[in-house]
Order: sequence, then C-alpha cells, then structure tokens
Amino acid sequence: MNLLAVERIKLFSTRSPWWCALITLALTIGFAAIIAGATPSDAQLTLSATQFGGSQFGIAVVMVLAALAVTTEYRFNTIRTTFQAVPHRSPALIAKAVVVALVALVIGEIAAFGALGLGMLMRPNDNLGLHTAQDWMNVAGLGPVFAISAVLAVALGVLIRHSAGAIALLLIYYLAVEELVQIIPKVGHHIHEWLPFNVANKFLRGSAMVDGPAPSDSPLSPGWALAYFAGIAIVFLLVALGVAKKRDA
Amino acid sequence: MIEANALTKRYGATTAVSELTFTARSGRVTGFLGPNGAGKSTTMRLILGLDRPDAGTVLVDGVPYRQLKDPLRTVGAMLDATWRHPGRSGRDHLRWLAATNGIPDKRVEEVLALVGLTSVGNTRVLQYSLGMQQRLGIAAAMLGDPRVLLFDEPVNGLDPEGMAWIRQLLHSLAAEGRTVFVSSHLLPEMAQTAQDLVVIGRGRLIYQGTMADFVARTSEHGVRVRTPHTDQLRTALAGQAEFTEADGVFVVSGLDSDRIGQLAFDAGATLHELSPITGSLEQAYLDLTRDAVEFPAAPSPEAAQ
Repeated sequence: MNLLAVERIKLFSTRSPWWCALITLALTIGFAAIIAGATPSDAQLTLSATQFGGSQFGIAVVMVLAALAVTTEYRFNTIRTTFQAVPHRSPALIAKAVVVALVALVIGEIAAFGALGLGMLMRPNDNLGLHTAQDWMNVAGLGPVFAISAVLAVALGVLIRHSAGAIALLLIYYLAVEELVQIIPKVGHHIHEWLPFNVANKFLRGSAMVDGPAPSDSPLSPGWALAYFAGIAIVFLLVALGVAKKRDA
Repeated sequence: MIEANALTKRYGATTAVSELTFTARSGRVTGFLGPNGAGKSTTMRLILGLDRPDAGTVLVDGVPYRQLKDPLRTVGAMLDATWRHPGRSGRDHLRWLAATNGIPDKRVEEVLALVGLTSVGNTRVLQYSLGMQQRLGIAAAMLGDPRVLLFDEPVNGLDPEGMAWIRQLLHSLAAEGRTVFVSSHLLPEMAQTAQDLVVIGRGRLIYQGTMADFVARTSEHGVRVRTPHTDQLRTALAGQAEFTEADGVFVVSGLDSDRIGQLAFDAGATLHELSPITGSLEQAYLDLTRDAVEFPAAPSPEAAQ
C-alpha cells in the first residue's frame, strides 16, 4: 500500500499529468461538441459518434501521460532513487502501473460520460442514451480501455526509457501501424484481426457498422476482446519487469 | 560497516572496478579517493545494488543491499544531487521517498529543518541553487536515520561555507557511531574530513588504511642534513640508512630526523641543518595515482622542462 501512495505522490506532484488529463478531456468532450454541432438538424446524432474523440484521440494522450510517468523517472534519475528504496524493483513498477491505470480509468469515465452528456444537452431530440449493453460498453468501456492502454504505455516506457522514443513508438504504432498492416497481401487482414487496439475497438463498439470509422474485424466477442487487450498489456508489463530487474539502473 | 570483497564490474570491454576489496568501519569517516574515472561512482552503485557486480560481493552491515528490508532505514546515500524531478518541490521529493520505506511525514519535516530548507520546502527544485540541491540530497540520505551513509563527491561545487558545513556534518554523523563513506577526487578536502582512507585508481585498490598513516607514509621523502663533518656523518650513517651526498649536504631516507640527530651527536658531527623534506600531500597523491589516471593529460610545457 505504501508504494501506491508513493506513486500517487510522484504523479500528482508534477504538472505534466494534469496537463495530459486536461487535454484528454478537452479532446474527447470537445470532439463530441464539434460533431454534435456539425450534424445537420434533420439527421440523428448517434451515441457512438459522441465517443469518437475519446476512443480515437483521447487514448493517445493518455498513453503519453502513462509513458511520461516512467520515462521522466529515467530522464531525471529518480528511478535510481526508487530502486535504491525498493531494491526488488518490481513492486515499485507494478505500483506505478496500477496508479497510472487507475488515473487513466477515471479520466476515461469522466471523458466518456462528459462527451455523452454534452451530446445529449446539445441534441435533446436525438434519443441519445444508454439503451443497450453495447451502448454501455461504448461509453463506460472507455475507462477500462484507457487503463489497459496506460499499462501498455508504462511497460513500453520501462523498456525504452526515453520519453521521445517511447512516445514516438506508441503514437506511430497506434495511429499508423495497425491500419497499414492490412495492406500486406493475403496475411495482412488476418494479422490485423489480432492487433491490440483493433481488438480494443471491438470491445468498445461491437461490430455493427453505425457510422464513422469501420468497425473492428476482430473475431472475438466484446468481453473476450477486452480480456485479450488486457492480456497483451500484462505480457508487456511482465517483460518490462523482467528487463528492469536485470538491468543496471 | 561496508565490506567489499573482490568486487569486479565490467561495462562491455571496459573494466570499471577490478577485484576491489576494502572495508569501511562504523564510527569513522572513510574517504574514498581516486582520480576521475577511477571507478568510485561505480563502486557506490554496486554497494547500493543499483548495478550488479560481475564478480565479488559487497555487504552493508553484513547483508547484501538487495536483501535489506526498508533499505533507507539502514543505508542513506547521495550519489548525485541532481537525481530528482526539477518540477517537484523539495518537500514532495522527500515525501515520496519517505513513503517507499514507511517513514512518517514528520521525519520529512525533521530532515528539512536539519539541512535548513524548511522555508523553501514547497519551492520547485529547479529554483534551488546548487548548494540547496546538495542540502536536499543530504536530507534525503538522512530520511531513514540510517547507520550507514554514502556520499559521492558531496562538496562538489559548494562554497567554502557549504564545505565546512558538510565536513562538520560528516564528523558528527561518524561520532554518533555511523559508517560514513565519502568519495572525492580532491585529497586536501579529504585530508580534513576523513579518518580512514581507501584510494583506488583504474578500478583497483591502491591504498587502504588510516589517513594519518597515509600522510606519514607518503609525505616524508627523506631528511636533509648539512654538516661540515662529512666523514664522521658518512661513517655513522653507513649501514643505518640510505643516503645521497653532495657538497656537504646529505639526503637521508629510512631514518627519521630524531634518530639522525642522535647518530650525528654520537659521531661528533656538528649539524648545521636537519630538516625533514615533506612533499605536499597533493604531490604524494599524484605520485601514487599517476599510473592510474584513466585519461592522462599531456605534460604541460613547464613540467616538461
């Protein structure tokens, strides 16, 4: 429990997490406002449209927050002081992953429900609301997806140790690589089915084509999709713990 | 107490520390001396379990560092005063560090007061002067009230007042029975601070012992003796000591001036001069570590003449 308090103090005693959290909220809720405002008055604003900002942009900023939480420790060498205080290392890094994941979860829930609420306020006649299980996952599911993405980013931060490198890799992968894999002839499509953010999207939006980006082609059910996404994050975290433990600090 | 036994650490092809064996006793300030690049910081990191040795062991109060429970309560260290997030306040830096080992926040206030930083505790560290950063580093080392303290170059960049403060602090910590292990590349500073000495060069042990022995052993280069009765003195010294002679001036090594005076008196030689030649401490240190400097500079034109 001590170590969770340690990571909480560390995270909230610097400014960058606050900025990242604010930017995530602004992107998610602001994008919902833009879509709601731009949808013609004779058309219907859909629930999933209010959530694009979070699932497409917000997630990237949350991963930046999570990666920075680790890489700034390497940059300023506080990771050495941390390992000096916790020589087994893994407990400290697990505590960091947990705290960052919890913060990402809270940001995700505020962002998703904020975006939905603003959409409902701006389009009171569009019958927006949480009517089905998939509606619930689409909105309330953003928190868990943010949390798992944050764990993935923490793991990558531990492995790469440099802010610029870790963030560049995360963003390039998230924004480009998963889409580009589909271009590979024959196998590209099959690989894409199992790529983590594509699978996370299955959990959030199911496979019904409503509007916006194409639905996920993952063969998993939404529940298993979330478990698969979490599993990948945990595997990365375990690898990162193993490497950090062996490496000279 | 810190006991290093045949400690060896390689980084790629470079051997940073090679079969290093030494002991730092409790209740003493032990100076850890060596030129830049000699392996001092590497040794410190090995003691703290930050780096893994390729061979050998190092024990802190009889236990490997990684097996210590709540290590900050046993070992306090300041390896580098800049190891902190510049955007975090000094107080928050100490708070998270204290929380790692279950040290209460009350202790944070105590160490802030100890180093005189209470009034700037809530200021972000990037606004601290070098001296204030150094004080914060010492406060962090003192958090767990540890029995063993490690400081890597603690006086680097400090003004004379700051140096005197740290020297005083190190002495009082040792007087309380703690083990104080402090590195430096400056011998004169060390001579005023340390009671024991470990000297390394290129990762190897050059000297271990007390500071007093080191000074005695390395600073006496002989005794200069001048006499009109050269024959008597030559006879008296023959077989007793090694000496050189030129124009009635003898330079004797291997005997102290008391003994030489007695020999000269017994032989009936009048002495016009009897003076120990003491090279500077700095010179002795340079002599000792000359072959162990990792990046030797080309000799300056004056020295070459």
